[in-house]
Amino acid sequence: MSGPFAPGRRVRVKALYPPGHTRTPWYTRGREGVILDLVDVEPDPEERAYGRPGLPAVPVWRVVFAQHELWPDYAGPAGDRVVVGIFEPWLEPVEERS
Amino acid sequence: MSHDHHEHDHDHDHEHDHGHGHPPGERHPFQPDLEDGPYTWHMALADAVEALLLEKGIFRPEEMRRTLEDIDSKTPANGARLVARAWVDPAFKARLLADVNAAAAELGIDAGPIPIRAVECRPGEHHVIVCTLCSCYPRLLLGAAPDWYKARAYRSRVVREPRAVLAELGLELSEEVAVVVHDSTAELRFMVLPERPAGTEGWDEARLAALVTRDCLIGVARPEVPRA
Repeated sequence: MSGPFAPGRRVRVKALYPPGHTRTPWYTRGREGVILDLVDVEPDPEERAYGRPGLPAVPVWRVVFAQHELWPDYAGPAGDRVVVGIFEPWLEPVEERS
Repeated sequence: MSHDHHEHDHDHDHEHDHGHGHPPGERHPFQPDLEDGPYTWHMALADAVEALLLEKGIFRPEEMRRTLEDIDSKTPANGARLVARAWVDPAFKARLLADVNAAAAELGIDAGPIPIRAVECRPGEHHVIVCTLCSCYPRLLLGAAPDWYKARAYRSRVVREPRAVLAELGLELSEEVAVVVHDSTAELRFMVLPERPAGTEGWDEARLAALVTRDCLIGVARPEVPRA
């Protein structure tokens, strides 16, 4: 898979708060994670929710977020994490830090 | 195990000789019947959509009844069978991790059309599932989700303080074990493949499956060998 989205790539969830139906949990917005794998390519639920076909279908990526990234005051160890399916239009690539 | 008689919420009919909110000698208040609750906006919506789908002939009443009965017939025992087979058969385990629905079909279990993925607990890594947006659950494999799984308390807290939630549910994990929470947001469901407990060497599949409860398949419990 070419392009900015592939397993292992660092991504950020867009900090957008549009009205209407979305599948992007609020706690992930504006947060950075790493793509684990591709779930599927699915009709866009933000369109389907309003009776439209949601085509072309969009890739859905499982993204791994460190708990300390999601919640700066998280009390547990550094290895704790949350894996969330994120629809690709919500993702933006993060430049690798060297 | 402590039992707080002031907190419980139950529908039993045992002797009322303990103190829980009504004076001795007075009749226990009836638990409300279903009809005593309000008919909510969403209940009306569901009824209206159902009536319209039937009226328009999208499906027939008997098809709907069959589907509901089919869902009701699914139980966590299906998941337990998959786990037990995976524990005794590494090749099956690999196929289960690749495609739960196909692996279930091998055992004659129809897991439905929505893809299900198994997340594997390993030494040092524990997995637990949730749907923070609504209440997605592999119900076509395991049957209906427990009420607490659908409750806002579990859904909001297990992604925020999973260790506290697991501890309240009886699962204390050491800091050496990473907790991985899977939040279902897309057309994909999850089930947990727990670790096989020590002391079960040589057990057959049926005996192993009996250790795997619904809560183990959600990841809020681990299979335990009953103490002799």
